[in-house]
Amino acid sequence: MRGRFLLWVPLVGFVLLFVLIAVGLWRPAERTVRSRLVGTALPAFALKPIVAGKPGAASVAFVGRPHLLNVFASWCVPCAAEAPQLMRLKAMGVAVDAIAVRDTPAAVAGFLQRNGDPYDRIGDDPTSAVQLSLGSSGVPETFVVDGRGVIVEQHVGDIRAEDVERLAALVRASR
Amino acid sequence: MRRLLVLLPLLVAATPPAPLAYRQLDDPAKEAEARGLMQTLRCLVCQGQSIADSDADMAGDMRALVRQRIAHGESAASVREWLVARYGDYVTYDPPLSALTWPLWAAPVVLLLIGALVARASFRKRA
Repeated sequence: MRGRFLLWVPLVGFVLLFVLIAVGLWRPAERTVRSRLVGTALPAFALKPIVAGKPGAASVAFVGRPHLLNVFASWCVPCAAEAPQLMRLKAMGVAVDAIAVRDTPAAVAGFLQRNGDPYDRIGDDPTSAVQLSLGSSGVPETFVVDGRGVIVEQHVGDIRAEDVERLAALVRASR
Repeated sequence: MRRLLVLLPLLVAATPPAPLAYRQLDDPAKEAEARGLMQTLRCLVCQGQSIADSDADMAGDMRALVRQRIAHGESAASVREWLVARYGDYVTYDPPLSALTWPLWAAPVVLLLIGALVARASFRKRA
């Protein structure tokens, strides 16, 4: 009797393994790396300006002013794709600051000319140092920062038309 | 030729890599420490590779960050902690023992025990 039971053990083991692998194939784990800093204070940073006539980005400038902090680059195609949504947010009265990653003044100026300029400030982050300190793993990413300088949310990837209302509401609610 | 001239501004516009992305530290001991850490850190944009193996721009920037901090006297463990605080355990290939990861350590021991039991049972049958 016991021998008969043992006979089935390998098959049961195989079926369990099969199910485990099948589930992993149909529903792959999410591989988006999210920042662990959501819910904590924005790390201190001060970045030099990258385009003439616009201040650089510094974390102290954010206190008392809820806003979006957009991590972008002129060489990034989804960044150009989300530009119209950022322009819409700007038109809705949302303050938008930015960090330009691995970029040059000429390239950023060209990008703003082509895609519009929703930014109050743009900081120059030539070696991604500030991007890494934010726990951001790519461009574009957008952080919602409240009036006390706390990161409320991290939006990974480009902002789509359907995200605009939610982000604007988050910024308004975080005064 | 004309095409090349059109492409030229694009090439010029590319930013140079971070100074320490492809340059070793002068102090061999510190470079060894930095290299050891880089081999255990996951490249965030090319997730199957360590930052030591990856040519992605972001991996270069992460190598520069590791070398810079270690050159300033920080320990590899503290740099690792700094990154884990931002990106979670996923950023390291050397996961800490936690409620989720303990089977990684326990499984080999459990399998050895099962093997020993199976071996004992089959030797007994023969005797």
